[in-house]
Amino acid sequence: MRDVAVVGFAQTPCVRETDGTTNGVEMLVPIFHEVLGGLGLTKSDIGFWCSGSSDYLAGRAFSFVSAVDAIGAFPPIMESHVEMDAAWALYEAWVKLQCGEVDTALVYGFGKSSAGQLRRVMAMQLDPYVVTPLWPDSLGLAGIQARMGIEDGLWSERAMAEVAARSRAAAMSNPLAQLSGPVSPEDLLDEPYVADPLRRHDCAPITDGASTVVLAAGDRARELCERPAWITGFEHRVDSPSFGTRDLTASPSAVAAGKAAGADGVEVAELHAPFTHQELLLSQALGLGDITVNPSGGVLAGNPMFTAGLSRIGEAARRVHDGTASKVLGHATSGPLLQQNLVCVMEGRD
Amino acid sequence: MRPAAVVGTGQTHHAAKRLDVSMAGLCREAIDRAMADAGVDWPDIDAVVLGKAPDLFEGVMMPELFLADALGAVGKPLLRVHTAGSVGGTTANVAASLVQAGVHKRVLAVAFEKQSESNAMWALSVPTPFTMPVHAGAGGYFAPHVRSYIRRAGAPEHVGAMVAAKDRRNGARNPYAHLKQPDITVESVRASQMLWDPIRYDETCPSSDGACAIVISAEPTSSRAAWIHATALRTEPTTFAGRDQVNPRAGQDAARALWKQAGITDPLSEVDATEIYVPFSWFEPMWLENLGFTEIGQGWKLTEAGETEIGGRLPVNPSGGVLSSNPIGASGLLRFAEAAMQVMGTAGDHQVDGARRALGHAYGGGSQFFAMWVVGSEKPA
Amino acid sequence: MPRPLSAPLDVGFDYTRSTGPTLGRFLSDLRRRKVTGIRGADGRVHVPPLEYDPVTAQRLTEFVDVASTGVVRGWSWIPEPLEGQPLDRPFAWALIQLDGADTSLLHAVDAGSPDRISTGARVRVRWRGDRVGAITDIECFELSDGPGDEPVEADDVTMVTTPVHLHYTHTASPTEDPFLRGLMEGRLLAQRCPACEKVYFPPRPACPTDGVPTTDAVELSDRGTITTFCVVNVPFLGQRIPPPYVSAYVLLDGADIPFLHLLLGVAPEDVRMGMRVEAVWKPREEWGPTMQNIDHFKPSGEPDAPFDSYSQHL
Repeated sequence: MRDVAVVGFAQTPCVRETDGTTNGVEMLVPIFHEVLGGLGLTKSDIGFWCSGSSDYLAGRAFSFVSAVDAIGAFPPIMESHVEMDAAWALYEAWVKLQCGEVDTALVYGFGKSSAGQLRRVMAMQLDPYVVTPLWPDSLGLAGIQARMGIEDGLWSERAMAEVAARSRAAAMSNPLAQLSGPVSPEDLLDEPYVADPLRRHDCAPITDGASTVVLAAGDRARELCERPAWITGFEHRVDSPSFGTRDLTASPSAVAAGKAAGADGVEVAELHAPFTHQELLLSQALGLGDITVNPSGGVLAGNPMFTAGLSRIGEAARRVHDGTASKVLGHATSGPLLQQNLVCVMEGRD
Repeated sequence: MRPAAVVGTGQTHHAAKRLDVSMAGLCREAIDRAMADAGVDWPDIDAVVLGKAPDLFEGVMMPELFLADALGAVGKPLLRVHTAGSVGGTTANVAASLVQAGVHKRVLAVAFEKQSESNAMWALSVPTPFTMPVHAGAGGYFAPHVRSYIRRAGAPEHVGAMVAAKDRRNGARNPYAHLKQPDITVESVRASQMLWDPIRYDETCPSSDGACAIVISAEPTSSRAAWIHATALRTEPTTFAGRDQVNPRAGQDAARALWKQAGITDPLSEVDATEIYVPFSWFEPMWLENLGFTEIGQGWKLTEAGETEIGGRLPVNPSGGVLSSNPIGASGLLRFAEAAMQVMGTAGDHQVDGARRALGHAYGGGSQFFAMWVVGSEKPA
Repeated sequence: MPRPLSAPLDVGFDYTRSTGPTLGRFLSDLRRRKVTGIRGADGRVHVPPLEYDPVTAQRLTEFVDVASTGVVRGWSWIPEPLEGQPLDRPFAWALIQLDGADTSLLHAVDAGSPDRISTGARVRVRWRGDRVGAITDIECFELSDGPGDEPVEADDVTMVTTPVHLHYTHTASPTEDPFLRGLMEGRLLAQRCPACEKVYFPPRPACPTDGVPTTDAVELSDRGTITTFCVVNVPFLGQRIPPPYVSAYVLLDGADIPFLHLLLGVAPEDVRMGMRVEAVWKPREEWGPTMQNIDHFKPSGEPDAPFDSYSQHL
């Protein structure tokens, strides 16, 4: 395989509501400028572009089409789009670089979750014949999963509150976070339930945001970045959509992706866990043990839909770029109740 | 880049309303045929790529998620591509790249659209505040550009009707086509209602339910294979000052890159069959020029001379094309699959004799997304 | 700067789903107050029935009758139900394993309060009176260790209608906002790209070829040239005027990009590429933040513009 690395990352602040449109242009223009400027590149230096977004998040067909305006795509560009979290767009770009046609790729994702009623919009991801017509909301479903784990003794409401408190504390060093600050698990446990056994702190906030990652291959990566985050494993898997047949307290797709990507020995992991119990579930599934998880605060501190997974990979890569870690893991999830999982393992080389 | 080939193709019987199947059943009809054609079974498939046009068409957000069992994707990598009308072509290219990169040995690419679940016209024109409502309908976006082409090329009015008559007659040879009109004539097309002047009823694509699937493999699984000689993707913005909507630069650039990668210097003489995305008849001559088969302004002459018929110098859409079947998300993959069928010699009654190299082409959005490939019966050098 | 204009955007459609044989059987049986599962490749009985096996991907065909009573395997409590959910009072979402099934069905349990429900609780189906062959024929489950209701006769269904109604707030972009506010005053405000100096009308969030926000406002007159057009002869969903009529690209004087609008006040057969036109505005009291303030364009009577003057805008 060809050596490919994450060499650049930029993201907007995570905010409850932007003034911008659902096509993301206002959020993307400044971060393209930031990431390309930081690498000394212009748009014409990028060999392949790939993005992730969702029409249902925006409430109209082809919302990704206008986003292309943020690039200034003329002369025409080599480009593709996934209707998924942009972490999968990064995967597609990594594959393109493996083909050897191009040496650089820019990947981006965006989402304006505040435009619609997110809890209802996400019901559109469920089985359209026998589940969506009941309009199950994302918090209600996650609540069932959380309770199953609690009753099986895998985690507790207190352990979940500790995850939230850790996220808020870690996010104090992340100026782009939406939620941060010192909180005690005890205080959090005094709050009311929003979907018993979930309290507000157990659920990622509603966030508008965008992020972008630049990939480069071989010598091009070494030219662009002092300490590239070399991708040593990049895998994703999906589980059955029929969550009544699945053991919801386990995630076979996360286990398989982590194993195939070589998650052993990572020092830092950024997990895309929109609910506190899912961070505990994923840490277990990926065999992370006692390492640093979500130093950015993770998505509990800011969850820009359809790019939150890409941001996790970017945040993990930053730990390699700045020399604070030599082997890191970025994770993304998609679909209801952790149905689909992606793991990207990156290493620095001295 | 490693070699990769299409080793199996499958498609549904396309129809306005496939009320006999669910979305999963529709996909499986195509998948089961493709896997049988390739002679492979589920353990042989390493990854699945699903392409589909906007989620609002079926009213399911990211339908690949609920379809994961039907797609045989559980425990495997599953990608969902969406690049507007070109999506079927992009899906094939993404699936090809997974094999060409050496990431997987065998990949299943699937694309579908079940237009009867809703109304595409509604889904594409949800009334967005502050925006002018669509007052022209589906063909209204493209008809003014067709007028521009006719004016610029000085093309005679009957050329569009010739394309429509040819594609529908070809569709009658294709057992899977939605529209089969063996008796259609240029005169009957010209007598059909003018919908969006200069586009007539018989010159527009139908609205179909349908799916298409292909298996792409690093190694042949039988004596037949369509080797992938080149792929290309290009995008430009929907509208910008000075944009040429008749001959978009993105299409020209994609074609140039494609021919170069395939080692083709004279496409007209070196390509034996083409499946070009022609939802309105006039797009045949427009794309012949955009793809570089002819000089600018000359595309219609190839059509008028009958050279784009089966048996002509450059058969275009022997399957009947988008004018005969249009399950939107699958339409691009159908072009790519039909191109593969031509070089595998499996196109049956619409087979172009001795086809050794074929083009699959798709475009989408406001003629702004382009996806193409060239497949051949020989393994590329 | 004020916040950009925003307005509600409702996305609503009644989707018509063909069920295929497997789901059709399940939904038809619900109409009969009967629950049907299907046997998977590993012998498990799945309810709702799966069309394809999650392990082997093979099509499943062996239907199995199960009870309309069962056990709660997991639950959460919804204190404030959302639009479309089975109950409009607080309820539990639950995964329910019906007697005779090996997997669980998601539905609502009308338990009254969270204290009354627990994992392991016995429940039974509360059937809707007017059943149509849909998952909502099960109104909800209720806490009960009693038997289920007896099935009744009903015809098969092969289709299910699923209404989808989602509510969004659409926001104009910061560059579009002055344009929309201008329209409310009858002014046509374009924006010039600082890089390529092209004038965009309507303005875009960023120049599509340079990827930078446009900055300079340019006021345009309401006259222009028809670059190209089509004659609409076909009726379609949502159409506002009876055909035939002309939909035309109008290039306003001073703009570098044409936009689609209506051309009236001239017979369709007399419309030409290059025709000079002027705006016909609606009465001022009907103006809002929309290009619909211009009711349509009509010929201005000026001589046609030469082809070269607009050939770069086709």
